[in-house]
Amino acid sequence: MSDLHVGEAVRVRIQCSADIVTARQEGRSMAQTLGFGSTTLTIIATAISEVARNIVEYAKEGEISIAPVGNGVIRGVQIVARDHGPGIADLETAMRDGYSTSKSLGMGLPGARRLMDQFEIASARGEGTTITMTKWIG
Amino acid sequence: MAVPILKQSHTLIASIQSALSDRDLLQLRDDLADLVGRHRARGVIVDVTALDVLDSFATRTLRGIAYTTKLRGAETVIVGIQPEVALAMVQLGLTLEGVPTALDLEEGLAFLDGRTETADDE
Repeated sequence: MSDLHVGEAVRVRIQCSADIVTARQEGRSMAQTLGFGSTTLTIIATAISEVARNIVEYAKEGEISIAPVGNGVIRGVQIVARDHGPGIADLETAMRDGYSTSKSLGMGLPGARRLMDQFEIASARGEGTTITMTKWIG
Repeated sequence: MAVPILKQSHTLIASIQSALSDRDLLQLRDDLADLVGRHRARGVIVDVTALDVLDSFATRTLRGIAYTTKLRGAETVIVGIQPEVALAMVQLGLTLEGVPTALDLEEGLAFLDGRTETADDE
């Protein structure tokens, strides 16, 4: 399989709860252009909502970028959620269902991981968190 | 964006028109808790037909609305969850446990009619 190419991204600055709505609308819109079916559009928008809320709740601000991704064989949409907040000290625990140090009751990140085909999270205490998640077409 | 809330007989109908932020949802919860008392409502319908996403926060807030209004003496029914939204909720592991749901506004009103009639008879 040849290397994946990431296309031009749409970026949404995340600072408040209204930005969560904007991010999922941008995600839905790009995924629709790429040809995803309606159920998958909702799944992508929901996953974006969860990672965007994670930024608002824990880091206060950050950015979501949404881009087409693919090569000759597969294509899809890649969402990157990045913040420079406090970071997550214990990733394994944070990704466990039902775990939360805030008010989200811990469905957010594990839920987003279930909704997407690929989900990677990198975090360092004091440096922030980056989540990269992908949904493939078909 | 504020959600319009109509009163029909003993029922309050909150008809969500467009995507809501977390803040809008909390406002709706607070408004309904207040209006149930002011209008002496026995039933509340929250119509989410226009919502294209029900994520963990929205689901939790809808549950919060149902539990809050129940403590105020009114039963809440969530109506209009779209098929794609229902599928995504299941995949995400979200439930509206203990909260009645109905297909649409008409079914929601019929459900509440049955409930309040029974209550009147008792």
